[in-house]
Amino acid sequence: MPDIPATFRPEQPSKVIRVLSDDATLDPRHDPRLNESEVLELYRWMVTTRQLDERLVALQRQGRIGFHVGSLGEEAAIIGAAFAMRKKDWLFPCYREFGAALMRGLPLQVFIDNMFGNANDTVLGRQMPNHSTHRASGYASVSSPVGTQITQAVGFSWGAKIDGKDVASLVYFGDGATSSTDFHSGMNFAGVFKVPVVFLCRNNGWAISVPVERQTATRTFAEKAAAYGIPGVRVDGNDIFAVVSVVREAVRRGEQGLGATLIEAITYRMGGHSTSDDPNRYRATDELKPWAERDPLERLRQYLERRAQWDDRKEQALIADIDQRFRAAVAVAEKTPPPSLETMFEDVYEKPPWHLQEQCAEVLRGPRAPSSHS
Amino acid sequence: MPQMNMVQAINEALRSAMRKDKRVVVLGEDVGKVGGVFRVTAGLSEEFGEDRVVDTPLSENGIVGCAVGMALYGMVPIVEIQFADFIWPAYDQIVNELAKYRYRSGGEYPAKLVIRTPVGGGIKGGHYHSQHPEAAFIHVAGLKVVCPSNPYDAKGLLLASIQDPDPVLFFEPKRVYRAAKGEVPENDYLVPLESAKVVRPGRHVTVLAYGAMLYEALDAAAKAAEKGVEAEVIDLRTLWPVDIATIVTSVKHTGRLVVVHEAPRTCGFGAELVSLVVERCFYHLEAPPVRVTGFDTPFPYTLEMEYMPLSHRILPALLDCAKS
Repeated sequence: MPDIPATFRPEQPSKVIRVLSDDATLDPRHDPRLNESEVLELYRWMVTTRQLDERLVALQRQGRIGFHVGSLGEEAAIIGAAFAMRKKDWLFPCYREFGAALMRGLPLQVFIDNMFGNANDTVLGRQMPNHSTHRASGYASVSSPVGTQITQAVGFSWGAKIDGKDVASLVYFGDGATSSTDFHSGMNFAGVFKVPVVFLCRNNGWAISVPVERQTATRTFAEKAAAYGIPGVRVDGNDIFAVVSVVREAVRRGEQGLGATLIEAITYRMGGHSTSDDPNRYRATDELKPWAERDPLERLRQYLERRAQWDDRKEQALIADIDQRFRAAVAVAEKTPPPSLETMFEDVYEKPPWHLQEQCAEVLRGPRAPSSHS
Repeated sequence: MPQMNMVQAINEALRSAMRKDKRVVVLGEDVGKVGGVFRVTAGLSEEFGEDRVVDTPLSENGIVGCAVGMALYGMVPIVEIQFADFIWPAYDQIVNELAKYRYRSGGEYPAKLVIRTPVGGGIKGGHYHSQHPEAAFIHVAGLKVVCPSNPYDAKGLLLASIQDPDPVLFFEPKRVYRAAKGEVPENDYLVPLESAKVVRPGRHVTVLAYGAMLYEALDAAAKAAEKGVEAEVIDLRTLWPVDIATIVTSVKHTGRLVVVHEAPRTCGFGAELVSLVVERCFYHLEAPPVRVTGFDTPFPYTLEMEYMPLSHRILPALLDCAKS
């Protein structure tokens, strides 16, 4: 297997933490010492995430859902980081992290209802697909602007700290979001107030069509942490053992009152930015080759197979199970009607003020829009 | 009942809210040791400590973004933006995040906080210490906007804003921070949001005003009365959702409307108020509604008294409106 491709400058300055070696052994220095069932659980969630990604893209291409923003190639960074957090901690997603939400307890049907924006969607079709939320899982609401969740994650754990509680937050964002105001503000506030936040930068090489070289002139993203007085570490984002290990260490630092950590998970966005994007317009397909050889699922599967903990039969059974549950959820979601007209006016405020009551009545007595599906 | 100015009344409200609820935290630039540049938070840091009265780094975006996160956790943040002119770095967090959290999460995450900020001109503050940007927030679905004119209302409206389940922008008219004085009960009381107040009854013309301009409207109304024109002056107090019933009742009675605000005219709140009145009172109107406002220029330093819609501009407007 080739080494991690140089996504930045040729001179890679700092060490990249890696645990899972090419021969499927684990480096004891950073081995998170997961037991067999934990590793299998992680693998199943990574496979589940990828299988759902592929099926959701197909649904979008068939015109059955409007949009999907996936996580192809980034499953280890997403699943591993969420796994390392404690149940009481919160996740502040970017928008590619549905796999983490499912692992934390978001029911598949609820997720699929969100993809359809139907009446059972917990956010009542008010947002695009993948912009779900699940309070019971500690999964904050997704917004499309990049970076805005970073300051919120800081405030969340800062509030807990003032309240005398040990609650950390994990905030996901991409390399593009490191250029945002909220990245700077959030890192700065977390540094000044020693807030237990895990900043997880998924450096996947691209922000839609803009490569990392256009986001920053620094050699790494991790080194930005120095400007805020917090540690920054680089990790092989396609190595789930390494991701679990560094995120756990970051949580421990928070527990000990040492504040935040910036983690740069080096990975690669194997798909387009979303179903609305065509990456062939801005990157050569041969760029994917070295990353395909470092596929996070393949690497973990090789590890499991070497230990006789996984085989083709189990793989096929898992995929068949996902397929069956996905089809069932889609069948229900497609039969579920859209949200009622009144729901458009609810939750703007706790109670609709007079002007929203007037506008709701206006819509109800007015003509209906032509169906967007016709 | 003690006499107070607005600074003292707002300070009382903050102190009371912090004593009653440990979840209440105050965040902002210079709000701690120095007690805010206008001293509105004076003494709070000593009583409640640096954890709950937080001097923040100078980043409005960071302050509001973190406050949204704190609110999601369950704290009740009260943010001070030092001058409303400095609020724009936080506009994304206010518009796209704070105001939308309840809606976009299907009601799962109401993000409740209060943003206090001094507004308005007449203090020789130039463009960056004088703006009155209510329209940019009234336009945003999910926000409530309050602007008291006197100490009694300031305390009661702030306590009501803190209790309110929705995010509130609380605009404090800095020109009358200390000039407006009045009796303020020591106990807690609420002035309900969405309730305007008829502060001077009259039958010839309705004048809508708020904040520091209320006093200019009252001055003009007193002078108009000497000329036989009796203006009914309404202090809106809550700008959005506005108390439409009180406005409509008054305009149906007088048949004439003058709206006063410091902010620029085009797409200012006056445009919305006039539209609301025309839609509801068209057949009661005896004259075209009139807006007396700041101009569509940046807020000027030397000529600020010419820019602002003071009594000398309100008086002829309401006399003309009453007579046309």
